[in-house]
Amino acid sequence: VMWEPMGDGKKLMSLADNNILLWDLQESSAKAVLSSSAVLEGKGQLKFTSGRWSPHHNCTQIATANDTTVRGWDTRSMRQIYCIENAHGQLVRDLDFNPNKQYYLASCGDDCKVKFWDTRNVTEPVKTLEEHSHWVWNVRYNHSHDQLILTGSSDSRVILSNMVSISSEPFGHMVDDDELSDQEEQHQEEKIKEPLQDSVIATYEEHEDSVYAVEWSSADPWLFASLSYDGRLVINRVPRALKYHILL
Amino acid sequence: MAAVTAGSGAGSGAAGSPQDTGGSTGGGGWRRPHGPLQRYYGPSTAEAAEAAPDPTDINGPHFDPEVFMTKVRSECPLGQLLAREAALGREIRALDSDMQTLLYENYNKFISATDTIRKMKVDFRHMEAEMDDLAANMAAISASSARVSAALQDRHRRGAQLAGVQALLRKLQALVEVPGRLRRWAGTEPARALRCHARARAVLRHYRHLPSFRAIEDESHAIMAELAQRLRARLRCGVEMLLQLEEPAEELSEEFLSQAGTRLEAELAALEAELPAADSSGTAATPPPPASDILDFVDRGSSAFVGTLCQLAGSYRALLPAGADAAAALVARAARERVDRYLRALQTFFLGCLGDVRQALAAPRPPGKEGPGLPDLLATLAASVLGQLKAVLAYVQLFTARDVAFASLPYFKGEFCVTAVREGLVVAFVRWLCRTARGFADGPAERGAPAAPPALLLLLARLCLDYENSTISYILTLTDEQFPPLESGPAVTPGPALCAEARAAAQRLLDHYVQVQGAAVAQMLRKSVETRDWLGTVEPRNVRAVMKRVVEDITAIDVQVGQLFEEGVRRAQSSDSSRRAFSVYSSSRAPGRYAPSYTPSAPMDTHLLSNIQKLFSERIDIFSPVEFNKVSVLTGIIKISLKTLLECVRLRTLGRFGLQQVQVDGHYLQLYLWRFASDERVVQGLLDEVAASAAHRCLDPVPMEHSVVELICERG
Repeated sequence: VMWEPMGDGKKLMSLADNNILLWDLQESSAKAVLSSSAVLEGKGQLKFTSGRWSPHHNCTQIATANDTTVRGWDTRSMRQIYCIENAHGQLVRDLDFNPNKQYYLASCGDDCKVKFWDTRNVTEPVKTLEEHSHWVWNVRYNHSHDQLILTGSSDSRVILSNMVSISSEPFGHMVDDDELSDQEEQHQEEKIKEPLQDSVIATYEEHEDSVYAVEWSSADPWLFASLSYDGRLVINRVPRALKYHILL
Repeated sequence: MAAVTAGSGAGSGAAGSPQDTGGSTGGGGWRRPHGPLQRYYGPSTAEAAEAAPDPTDINGPHFDPEVFMTKVRSECPLGQLLAREAALGREIRALDSDMQTLLYENYNKFISATDTIRKMKVDFRHMEAEMDDLAANMAAISASSARVSAALQDRHRRGAQLAGVQALLRKLQALVEVPGRLRRWAGTEPARALRCHARARAVLRHYRHLPSFRAIEDESHAIMAELAQRLRARLRCGVEMLLQLEEPAEELSEEFLSQAGTRLEAELAALEAELPAADSSGTAATPPPPASDILDFVDRGSSAFVGTLCQLAGSYRALLPAGADAAAALVARAARERVDRYLRALQTFFLGCLGDVRQALAAPRPPGKEGPGLPDLLATLAASVLGQLKAVLAYVQLFTARDVAFASLPYFKGEFCVTAVREGLVVAFVRWLCRTARGFADGPAERGAPAAPPALLLLLARLCLDYENSTISYILTLTDEQFPPLESGPAVTPGPALCAEARAAAQRLLDHYVQVQGAAVAQMLRKSVETRDWLGTVEPRNVRAVMKRVVEDITAIDVQVGQLFEEGVRRAQSSDSSRRAFSVYSSSRAPGRYAPSYTPSAPMDTHLLSNIQKLFSERIDIFSPVEFNKVSVLTGIIKISLKTLLECVRLRTLGRFGLQQVQVDGHYLQLYLWRFASDERVVQGLLDEVAASAAHRCLDPVPMEHSVVELICERG
């Protein structure tokens, strides 16, 4: 079940087996009315495994995953827009949209990889991460700084990666030129010259069992939590050096 | 009736009324000339059925005269009635006349048809008579022509013979005159002389054994040699003069070479044309035989083409001694191209071998006969590749053979050996081999294209490993022996770098193999967990079939890997009864773990206990790189499949008997899989986790008695 990210909180979407159902809540939130639905056609028993609203395009797009395919739907007409076949080897576990950059989508699956897609060209992933050694259950973008990506996997690790090259700020924080004085300008030019490299920032191994969920805090953009099978909830912070590097 | 007579007051009307009724129905029928046909074929019946049956409609099928008359009488004034009656009468008369005309026409046509047929019969009788005459005449003609040709047969034969003899004599005369002609034209028109000589040469060579011809041939050869000398002298003068004029020598040599090149190419094209046409359609079962005898072909090729080449080389050297550099460059280029071609040939050969191996692996085996063992395939593959490489090296060595003139050039001694042969050929080939092998691991699986069969992956991994271990160094030493590199020459790729590449490729292939096999087994397990109803299942009586299948598959993989890789090191078992010791261990732990239903305070303890245990046991990396031995490979596969089982079990809700079934399955797997893994604690640990997760997910965790579990497993 997913709430519409913007708007007045009246709409939400639920996935049941092979149907997408869009609900409209009445004023008093007492009951929900089904406003439209879409069915996935195909042979065999198809089942949606996860879905997400896209925060762009005025909240009219959702993406869903079933088996190894990722599909995008238009909620106004409930028809499929794009389809990424064979996104991952066996099963796609989770999806997330890049909050700052349109058209970018991240997916993770049972082939231990995290793939980043541009929905305008779905034949080839833009980038692939292979840091985990078992299925990746969750992938999440940081809400404000989309180069920070959090992934949790059943090899009991949580990995925080810095995907600078495909984020919305590949060259670091841009400052308007007339605000700088001369010294700072030179310094700034040096910094802008080379784009930052993608890297794994940190691997958190405090869990003893598979990590099934990771989330960023909505209050503080540098805080995140992860939950594992043995009931352990671990809350972590982004390392300070990186935080200042990004901010400044 | 009175009303009717009153209605038809006028005289003609009285007569008309009985006709009226009779004629109207008939008239209705005629008025619609296709009426019966239409009725038969359908559409009007529908229309008629649609329209309400109207008894007053004269043209309708349901016409009823009584009703019609009453209606008309009641509705229409007298004048109208009279008019109508007149109209009806006219119609009737018109219809009558139409009918008569039609009848008459039909009758006429019938008569004319009969006449025509009679005429045709008469004509045919005439023709028959004429055909008989014709046949008789033809027979007579053929008989007489046969007589004539028989009479003239003899003379005809003799005439043909004489004509043949005359042609032969004319040819002989032409041949005899050849030397005379040559002599006459040698001075003035060498072109004509050449043409004449070319024509005669073939015949002369063929009949060389006859002394008279021999004489002619010798004479003509002498004259031609003289001519050639003269021409050569002229050429030399020309060249010297040009050189004196300080024309650059390179241009001259280029021009000379280009001219010679065209000549050679023409000869080559002629030779190629003799070859059987390349069978592009591929439909013919056997290629057509060559146009000429193979020996003749070879003879012609070698003597003509190579002879021309040598001649040209000699004349070139005589004329332009200064063009040595160009010549060397030319030869160098030729050598490099040759090396490239050998490399490509090697690559295609390797791909061909791979294709053969794939086919051998995929071929359906007749029952009762074992397929080619993996070690045999590997041995053949390695041997053939190595053999081919050695053959190529031998070919290339011809370039540096002692007796070849240009081998002493500095280029060949140094750069050729290193750059072209070692780097360009050997190293490039090895690198390409590694890259292709890796391509099997990386490429196809991504796009879902048909992937390489797992046996092929295993084979390639072993091949790369062997290369890394021994073959690369062997090849490099061989190359160095045959083509010794200069000390100060350009940089050389060291052997260890290549070995590292080969090892990396082998590692990647082996990892991929483990992943592929693990995924196959995991898929089976996953399907089995997802499709079973765990809440409502009955008490387990035996191990599930899918578990037995898993064990069989893993045993088969074990055999397959065992053919190519050695056993590897396993954690030493403490004693023969270690199995039993382990199961006792787990049973002693089991009540402690599943105790929550009995002692409420126990959950905390068991959680703490299991967490502490986990802290001390090593974390298991599931998709880690494997080593190059059988045990490691199998451990990897088992880890992947058990982890899948764990994750899938965690997603379901189980009832009590579901938990017991998981318990039975786990015990069965542990009984059979421990001997494949390098460290049986790994298997044990994973299976324990499966059981624990199942217990967490269970609504009513009551485990089965351990003795019962053992009994069931032993029975299964």
